Amino acid sequence: MNLLIIDTATEACSVALQVNGQRYQQFEICPQQHSQRILPMIDGVLKDAGVTLAQLDYLGFGRGPGSFTGVRIATGILQGLALGTGLHVVGVSTMAAMAQQALDKHQASEVYCAIDARMGEVYFARYQATDGLATLVDEERVLPPEVAAEILLKNQSDHLIHGVGTGWAAYEALLTPLNAKSKPVILTDILYPAAQYMLALVEAGVQQGHAKEVEQIEPVYLRDKVTWKKLPGRE
Amino acid sequence: MRPNLTRNTTSTMRVIGIETSCDETGIAVYDEQQGLLSHQLYSQVKLHADYGGVVPELASRDHVRKIVPLIKQALVDANCTQSDIDGIAFTKGPGLVGALLVGSSVARSLAFAWGVPAVGVHHMEGHLLAPVLDEPAPEFPFVALLVSGGHSMMVRVDGIGQYEILGESVDDAAGEAFDKTAKLLGLDYPGGPLLAKMAEKGEAGHYKFPRPMTDRPGLDFSFSGLKTFAANTIRGSDQSEQSKANIAYAFQEAVIDTLAIKCKRALKQTGLKRLVIAGGVSANKQLRVEFALMMKKLQGTVFYPRLEFCTDNGAMIAYAGLQRLKAGESEGLSTKAQPRWSLDELPAI
Repeated sequence: MNLLIIDTATEACSVALQVNGQRYQQFEICPQQHSQRILPMIDGVLKDAGVTLAQLDYLGFGRGPGSFTGVRIATGILQGLALGTGLHVVGVSTMAAMAQQALDKHQASEVYCAIDARMGEVYFARYQATDGLATLVDEERVLPPEVAAEILLKNQSDHLIHGVGTGWAAYEALLTPLNAKSKPVILTDILYPAAQYMLALVEAGVQQGHAKEVEQIEPVYLRDKVTWKKLPGRE
Repeated sequence: MRPNLTRNTTSTMRVIGIETSCDETGIAVYDEQQGLLSHQLYSQVKLHADYGGVVPELASRDHVRKIVPLIKQALVDANCTQSDIDGIAFTKGPGLVGALLVGSSVARSLAFAWGVPAVGVHHMEGHLLAPVLDEPAPEFPFVALLVSGGHSMMVRVDGIGQYEILGESVDDAAGEAFDKTAKLLGLDYPGGPLLAKMAEKGEAGHYKFPRPMTDRPGLDFSFSGLKTFAANTIRGSDQSEQSKANIAYAFQEAVIDTLAIKCKRALKQTGLKRLVIAGGVSANKQLRVEFALMMKKLQGTVFYPRLEFCTDNGAMIAYAGLQRLKAGESEGLSTKAQPRWSLDELPAI
């Protein structure tokens, strides 16, 4: 399956291309510059592989959560590419991509992802390995670190669990209440999502019928009620 | 619906215009020879009304939802497919950065996928060229008064990209003053058009508002004082519906009068006889009545965009973008939105 995948949801900006069994990728940490970097990076991997968009089967992208603007840049770029090529698109969770990286690189079997969501909250989700794929348990949520710690305590067990993302270092309240059976081993090399770890997830998404037409592409912000206030009487 | 006209692909250029700088998603297809082929507009006005103003994050989210269906519909209405499009123009700035990024990301990547050039357009250049979309189009040079919720400026226009800013608002934009005063009068956001409607029931002579910055030379504007004056006047009135209408009348009269005094001054200073008024406030009926009288006295001509193109739209971006594409301008792959961008930084073509 020939795939192009992009992610700009966090401080990282990445693209991955899989074409005729070969993989090409680029990854940069470039806060505030995603809109300027992403298309040159896409162009770069296509040129490295010597292919054009016309030779691809599907597109994929990190659909969030992450920074609102970052998630929208990837969405907008994908909307343009999908509209221009007619290709269908699979949106992948940025948190699932990080869990997948923990599976692939550290042979993790259970992974908690916590992304610093600012405003005293984390984007939080739990994944388990199923046939080598990071599979969501329960749901993705945005919540205060204390509440995330409660979830970890409730799920404590004897097997090894791992933690990925920027949330662990950002909030002490996430780790301090935990005991030996609920404290994950933090993988400090996995702070951000990378498109290359979305390849397997996109492929699985295609097989499960999750590829969508361009009109159906949607970002996932998780935080849908922000601090804007309605006028009195309009709440 | 327009007929499906065949075209000579070698000599004429056809572009898509994409506008997402604030709370309107506008898409249009413009052909160099046939003119405007289609345009689509989605206004988020209802979305923001509950908040009393544009919420930038909500605006960005809504652009993401609307942009693709609108592009598709604009292409269908224009009887176009990919192979008919020679370039894509998008609003690069000024405006809300998050909203601009939606349009620029989609436009740039669509152009990349189609292998056509993309060009970033200055939103205000779009506005001041909007009257050129219809006949009779103003010839260069002219004086342009751009008055909207976000901008108030007087510009000497000698050609595309040849802009000299003669004056600007030092505080609120004219449309902003309309909206804020409307809010004081208890009207819903965006209250400018509602205030104008209320003023129709008002009577002259009850209140006298100042004409800010007309007692000194220069072409700058200041409208925030009018809003304060309105607040005090409303407080001092019996607040009956008739009094409110009278205040709305006097406020509108003061804004229009101030704009007229400055325009007259700009025409005199430049020696020009043609005046273009664009931006949301240019849709104001009373303004058009007053300016018609004034320009008749001055033996000049005033031009407006058609009503639907006074506010933000894709057609003006498509038109301005086409001119710049024809002049050989285009954006590289690493383009970025430019939320702050002065009109006089633009290159002449």
